[in-house]
Amino acid sequence: MGRKLLLDKAHIEGIRNYDVYRRNGGYAAVEKAFKMAPADIVEEVKKSGLRGRGGAGFPTGMKWSFLAKPEGVARYLVCNADESEPGTFKDRYLMEFIPHLLIEGLIVSSFALGSNRTYIYIRGEYAWIVDILEQAIAEANQAGFLGKNILGTGFDCQIYVQRGAGAYICGEETALLESLEGKRGNPRIKPPFPAVKGLYDCPTVVNNVETLAAIVPILNIGGEEYAKIGVGRSTGTKLISACGNINKPGIYEIDMTISVEEFIYSDEYCGGIPNGKKLKACIPGGSSVPILPANLLLKTVKGEKRMMTYESLADGGFATGSMMGSGGFIVLDEDQCVVRHTMTLARFYRHESCGQCSPCREGTGWMEKILHNIEYGKGKMSDIDLLWDIQSKIEGNTICPLGDAAAWPVAAAIRHFRDEFEWHVLNPEEAQK
Amino acid sequence: MKFSEEKLKKVQEIIERYPEGKQKSALLPLLHLAQEENGGWLSVEAMDLVAGLLQLKPIEVYEVATFYSMYNLKPVGKYLFEVCQTGPCMLKGSDEIINYIKKKLDIGVGETTSDGMFTLKTVECLGACGYAPMMQMGKYYKEHLTPEKVDQIIDECRRTAAQNN
Ligand SMILES: NC(=O)C1=CN([C@@H]2O[C@H](COP(=O)(O)OP(=O)(O)OC[C@H]3O[C@@H](n4cnc5c(N)ncnc54)[C@H](O)[C@@H]3O)[C@@H](O)[C@H]2O)C=CC1
Ligand SMILES: Cc1cc2nc3c(=O)[nH]c(=O)nc-3n(C[C@H](O)[C@H](O)[C@H](O)COP(=O)(O)O)c2cc1C
Ligand code: SF4
Ligand code: FES
Repeated sequence: MGRKLLLDKAHIEGIRNYDVYRRNGGYAAVEKAFKMAPADIVEEVKKSGLRGRGGAGFPTGMKWSFLAKPEGVARYLVCNADESEPGTFKDRYLMEFIPHLLIEGLIVSSFALGSNRTYIYIRGEYAWIVDILEQAIAEANQAGFLGKNILGTGFDCQIYVQRGAGAYICGEETALLESLEGKRGNPRIKPPFPAVKGLYDCPTVVNNVETLAAIVPILNIGGEEYAKIGVGRSTGTKLISACGNINKPGIYEIDMTISVEEFIYSDEYCGGIPNGKKLKACIPGGSSVPILPANLLLKTVKGEKRMMTYESLADGGFATGSMMGSGGFIVLDEDQCVVRHTMTLARFYRHESCGQCSPCREGTGWMEKILHNIEYGKGKMSDIDLLWDIQSKIEGNTICPLGDAAAWPVAAAIRHFRDEFEWHVLNPEEAQK
Repeated sequence: MKFSEEKLKKVQEIIERYPEGKQKSALLPLLHLAQEENGGWLSVEAMDLVAGLLQLKPIEVYEVATFYSMYNLKPVGKYLFEVCQTGPCMLKGSDEIINYIKKKLDIGVGETTSDGMFTLKTVECLGACGYAPMMQMGKYYKEHLTPEKVDQIIDECRRTAAQNN
């Protein structure tokens, strides 16, 4: 059994309520934090080696230390709860079942960063979770952990929940800030990073739900202790949301020392593939990261066991590796059609493109159309090369990484499963079925 | 359309979440509120009301309302079925569920039954991939869908609607 730091209390009856959470050691991190200097909290987070759990894996402590602090200007902490990457549903679990863990993490982080107004930007569809979070915030207020002069420290802080309204792009941090300002979710050009110019042009830290929840165990056990869990630069525990053709879809907290094979086949995690089917492929980190065929998923080209760590999942780069991404683990069994799966992803990105950059706006549309033709037996051999060409022209030529995110899955699918694309072209009648 | 006294209090409470002068931030929450009050969709009148409350030009509100997929700019049926069709749900049979609902209600995607009861829409990943196939119905998710479960849901909607009439 791996160590659990986020979900260790998830199964306690009534843990959603303040009293039960508190009785089980909740809010100890807040009490500890308020006895520390904000800069020392940032130092603890640096020591922990925690990397952003929203997908990019940027070191959290470093991001916090980049936060500009001009005199007389407000600073903001914004929690990214937009969670819209296909395959990703871990933040939902944290918020739905242990909301106080996030609220506690937010209070500690707000204090460390000096944010008096902290926002949780949550995807609009999670409407019932808004109620759960607002209830938890009200309880924390009641208990004196939020509001004015918290625990007599002179620090004021309030947390507000902002509901999005259906737009994947609003998970991209600068689009999120635009949306929170009441505008369309069009990403801004970076730099400047939000740490310098964010919400209302003020210095802002945007962090993922899981990142902010992890601040609680980091304070409780100390940064150094946290850093001892895992391997190399993959420290601590990571939530993986597993879905697709596995026996036990759901949320798993892993410490980053297990292999991909163990994660898929062990009864402690996914429990193998249903009906004795064979593993065909997997997208290990949310729809934006490259798909890998079974052989490259379980072992790297060098023949090493692939591990569930940032480094090992990325081993081989785009040619033969993938990424940890958001931890959305999608498994395809031998009966699944990679072309069809890729087509749905292309449709997703076309639907979600904000339309600011022409390579993304037009390219995602073309890719969907071509994939649709191939899937339905109306494609030509030259379409496969055209598809490759289009994806290569999107990558790197857009304001935000949604363009790349749309291109990568298509590139990886062609790279590893070209024969399936060709099969659709050569067998149009079969494909139409 | 108009907001009740109680709703106007809520509006005020929302505006106070943001710093002085940043009331435009209240736009998304107020559009949600207006949509709820207006039977599940945003009419021009509803959007203009929100513009007035936040001292925005109506065009600023339309611009935002048209960007986000959860704002319905046309009336929808009493029950809106939004079935996810993205990859992970597809792997678990969302195509079959969509076809089943189409046949059962005799409508296409984007259409409303003639009695105004049900609207069917397809949507992209809703963050429930491990509990697929699934759909959103109003505020809540219906997960692990099967044809039988769809039947039950439809029956229940009809029963609730009949009771409320
Ligand atoms: N969780 C989800 O649902 C989704 C996650 N993603 C993930 O998002 C990732 C891309 O996110 P981005 O924010 O574009 O990545 P990024 O690498 O630009 O930034 C990561 C974080 O580090 C900060 N940062 C980077 N350099 C900085 C600097 N010099 N100074 C201050 N702050 C700095 C950024 O502000 C940001 O918060 C992808 O890798 C993908 O896996 C994408 C879609 C959905
Ligand atoms: C298209 C797009 C969508 C994103 N969606 C999310 C999201 O839903 N949740 C999230 O935490 N980060 C998302 N990100 C990443 C954020 O931009 C940002 O890196 C993250 O919130 C930083 O938090 P972290 O450092 O704690 O990971 C997305 C990025 C892109 C390019
Ligand atoms: S890459 Fe796509 S989503 Fe990102 S800013 Fe450009 S058009 Fe918008
Ligand atoms: S793919 Fe349907 S909920 Fe994620």
